[in-house]
Amino acid sequence: MRTTTTDLAALAAALRAAVGADRVISDRQELRTYECDGLAQYKVVPALVALPADAAQCAAVVRACVAAGVPFVARGSGTGLSGGALPHADGVLIVTSRMRDIIEVAPEDERAVVQPGVINLAVSRAANPHGHYYAPDPSSQQICSIGGNLAENSGGAHCLKYGFTAHHITGIELVTPDGDRVRLGGRAPDAPGYDLLGAFIGSEGTLGIATEVTVRLTRLPESVRTLLAAFDSTDQAGAATSAIIAAGVVPAAVEMMDALAISAAEAAVHCGYPAGAGAVLIVELDGPEPEVAAQFDQVERLCRDNRAFEIRIAADDAERALFWKGRKSAFAAVGRISPDYIVQDGVIPRTALPEVLRRIGELSAERGIRVANVFHAGDGNLHPLVLFDAAVDGQAERAEEVSGAILDLCVRHGGSITGEHGVGMDKAKYLPRMFSADDLDTMQLLRCAFDPAGLANPGKIFPTPRLCGEVPGRRKGVHPAQEAGLAEVF
Amino acid sequence: MPADRTLDRLRAACREAGTDDPSAVGPARSAPRPAPAAAPGSDGPGPVRAAGERDTVAGLPARYVAAPRDTRQAAALLRAAADLDLAVTFRGGGTKLDWGNPPRRLDLILDTTGLAGVVEHAAGDLITVVRAGTRLDALAATLAGAGQQLALDASPPGGTVGGAVATNAGGPRRMLYGTVRDLLIGVTLVRADGVVAHAGGKVVKNVAGYDLGKLVTGAYGTLGLVTECAFRLHPLPAAAAYVTRRVGDPAQAGRLAATVRAAQLVPAALEVDMPAGGPAAVTVLLEGTPAGVAARAEAARRLLGADTTVADAPPRGWGQHPWHAGDTGLKLTAALSGVPRLLTDARAAADRHHLPLALRGSAGVGVLHAGVPGTADPDRVAGLVDELRTATAAVAGHAVVLTAPAAVRDRVDLWGPVDGLALMRRVKQRFDPDARLAPGRFVGGI
Ligand SMILES: Cc1cc2nc3c(=O)[nH]c(=O)nc-3n(C[C@H](O)[C@H](O)[C@H](O)COP(=O)(O)OP(=O)(O)OC[C@H]3O[C@@H](n4cnc5c(N)ncnc54)[C@H](O)[C@@H]3O)c2cc1C
Ligand SMILES: Cc1cc2nc3c(=O)[nH]c(=O)nc-3n(C[C@H](O)[C@H](O)[C@H](O)COP(=O)(O)OP(=O)(O)OC[C@H]3O[C@@H](n4cnc5c(N)ncnc54)[C@H](O)[C@@H]3O)c2cc1C
Repeated sequence: MRTTTTDLAALAAALRAAVGADRVISDRQELRTYECDGLAQYKVVPALVALPADAAQCAAVVRACVAAGVPFVARGSGTGLSGGALPHADGVLIVTSRMRDIIEVAPEDERAVVQPGVINLAVSRAANPHGHYYAPDPSSQQICSIGGNLAENSGGAHCLKYGFTAHHITGIELVTPDGDRVRLGGRAPDAPGYDLLGAFIGSEGTLGIATEVTVRLTRLPESVRTLLAAFDSTDQAGAATSAIIAAGVVPAAVEMMDALAISAAEAAVHCGYPAGAGAVLIVELDGPEPEVAAQFDQVERLCRDNRAFEIRIAADDAERALFWKGRKSAFAAVGRISPDYIVQDGVIPRTALPEVLRRIGELSAERGIRVANVFHAGDGNLHPLVLFDAAVDGQAERAEEVSGAILDLCVRHGGSITGEHGVGMDKAKYLPRMFSADDLDTMQLLRCAFDPAGLANPGKIFPTPRLCGEVPGRRKGVHPAQEAGLAEVF
Repeated sequence: MPADRTLDRLRAACREAGTDDPSAVGPARSAPRPAPAAAPGSDGPGPVRAAGERDTVAGLPARYVAAPRDTRQAAALLRAAADLDLAVTFRGGGTKLDWGNPPRRLDLILDTTGLAGVVEHAAGDLITVVRAGTRLDALAATLAGAGQQLALDASPPGGTVGGAVATNAGGPRRMLYGTVRDLLIGVTLVRADGVVAHAGGKVVKNVAGYDLGKLVTGAYGTLGLVTECAFRLHPLPAAAAYVTRRVGDPAQAGRLAATVRAAQLVPAALEVDMPAGGPAAVTVLLEGTPAGVAARAEAARRLLGADTTVADAPPRGWGQHPWHAGDTGLKLTAALSGVPRLLTDARAAADRHHLPLALRGSAGVGVLHAGVPGTADPDRVAGLVDELRTATAAVAGHAVVLTAPAAVRDRVDLWGPVDGLALMRRVKQRFDPDARLAPGRFVGGI
């Protein structure tokens, strides 16, 4: 699909009419600001950028794209790590950074209604004075948007207990790939009909653009207690994690870092983790005070039983923040110990942790590529950081191989190629390692229902797009038009 | 085509498929599979038979019943049904077949009770993979052996995993654990055209590909047959306490519920029970460690005030719908702050129509169930349904008639207004373009 200059000028004019002249970017230099998301190795300059202020403007932009037959890509804060918001060279990038109103905080309903560009942390900040917060907490929560979280079904350190974005969104308004505005769900649970909201969450911008989001607010816990336990090896830390889960404790979070990740964090943020640790665990419990008290002692004991050589207990919020600082800054921190790195995201059944980590260690040794491990140990979500120096011949390729081999390991152990960063552009080629052609074809039936023309974020998730065509079928019996009118029979 | 030739074709499809289930791994092959019960009219063994008189869906009789033994057979049967243009409805335990509208057309009942057994229970990973025809009570017993649970509350005996998924079942403890949609992590489906597809997986954290599990949850079997499900599990709590307070009126029930929500007790359930005419009650369920539960129960008792009792067993009717077979049963939803108003308005509407209305449900979630006796005058019941629609709309919710006698069904739209219906129709058309899977059973005639 090649757009001619005149087509583009006409589209730009339509967009300016939709959102205002100063909210459409067509200058090449300015467009470059948007050429990539958090995965900077892929770069594409979009044909145009539009910054709608509300749902009506967003719908008008999408309709202009439909009329021109041009693809569009939604972008929130651009922190995605799978190239989901990578622009289309002939398309329009629809950026939600002007849609940042918190429309309502309704603690009595345990809900907040926000525009999609609202920053994750801003929701909790608005809810805190009412004794509530928004539970999903990706490490990027100071900058990522609720719309991006929704599209990626983002997780965070605390999703072990509290679940993912999908469990915390009860309603949206979206602009369909046809440019229609549709509401799904709302403040009350269980809206009748198919759970299209559930299917939309995690669809990475391929089923339309969310323009308003109703999120669940969670009551702040009465008590939060956090410990940091240092072990000689990841095996010991893994065994401690297993023991905690086997004891029937559901911690709010169990996070692990290995020696290399610890040294990177130390260099970057001076978090002061115990010297000489082969692994650290951060375990956080929250909830009613008497429950936390009972279980915290148990967790501490289980860490010691599994040979933790040092255990620190956060005395206050400041100390807790320090524990978390090392963990939450880990991705960026490896920049201190390596010029280049790949942030991998894969999932394994938690019990396979020792075996998979050993194999990652072997892969690393065989290929001469260092791998730092940071992960959500409680749910087996690994974030191996594959370190390399692009300036050294062949290293980038070898790093890419190690990174891909780690995903194979995940799949072989019955896991997933992505636990929270999404498939996007980056992992589309890996999706067939997890799913058969029939599986992918079936998923695309959903895509075709929402977006038969294939204009919403094309080229993402699926390695080979399905041509939607007309709805097949034998068309006997009830005529579809008659069927479509059936609701009115009542 | 004469009936017997169709029967032959279906049987041949089963035979050709064999019984080896390619999707089954490990213990699956040795898992016991109860033989589907032979029904009247059965003309011999094997997975396919002519329908008997009890083989109906919401009153509509079927012509054939097939009970495949594995996903592969189910796929062969659905492929054959597509070739023969047969309309199909899926049946698990059959406990909910009177829910929803009768299908417009019905040839074949596909019985899932032969698709039974636990494929995998990885206790250390807190997950299980089960076949869809597995009974929920049998699954619960298996999991309890390892101190674990599928956190869906007890359902009526006979209910299957697939039926729970297709109706998005959830009981009182959904306040803490959510419903099926929150616990299902992977699914195997057979499409209307017989193609087998998987989505999700068997790890809890997974965002690869579209989450088709969400799509088929609550779809009443109108998009495809669920043959296998993977679920996230939870540890069984060491202790539980039910803290109950009798209340005088709906407003008081609502106020108490709000007080409990505002505290930091993290209840597993917060239920209100208002039988028609009888005394009403609010019950808080606390689950956790023995010491923790004791302390929280005491705190809840103080919060609820005088006349509060603490018990370690649930009160009567806990988790059951407030109606009997043959009654009209509704599900009413509300934004949380609207629950007191909905309780009050629903009771007032019933009084205006001179109907006894039993209300019971999750005040902590915003879902209530309502029952009206099946003997009530259908015109009055229809009038009440209208008013309940208005009452729920005022609190951002919906009123759905889950089950009703034929005379009521004829007078009301079971589902009421549905947002996103046009998109839903498009989804149905893609998954079932010939509208053969329980056509007409779902919202908007889907
Ligand atoms: C340092 C760092 C740490 C991170 N930590 C975590 C973590 O702990 N957990 C985690 O899950 N992720 C994490 N991420 C990844 C990323 O932050 C999340 O995926 C986040 O949800 C993306 O939000 P965004 O606003 O930046 O979205 P973008 O990157 O702008 O977009 C992401 C995807 O969402 C789509 N999209 C955006 N807005 C909308 C909308 N309104 N409607 C429909 N589609 C839309 C885009 O098309 C794209 O496909 C991290 C990233 C970084 C850089
Ligand atoms: C806590 C709790 C309390 C409950 N209380 C009650 C109660 O008091 N009274 C009550 O009546 N119910 C109650 N339910 C609901 C009921 O238990 C479940 O919905 C039940 O599991 C239905 O199972 P079934 O096998 O009998 O389904 P069926 O009645 O056989 O089928 C129900 C629907 O699901 C479809 N279906 C069945 N299997 C499949 C499949 N494999 N794939 C696709 N579609 C399928 C059918 O076509 C049908 O539309 C409760 C549920 C819970 C969790």
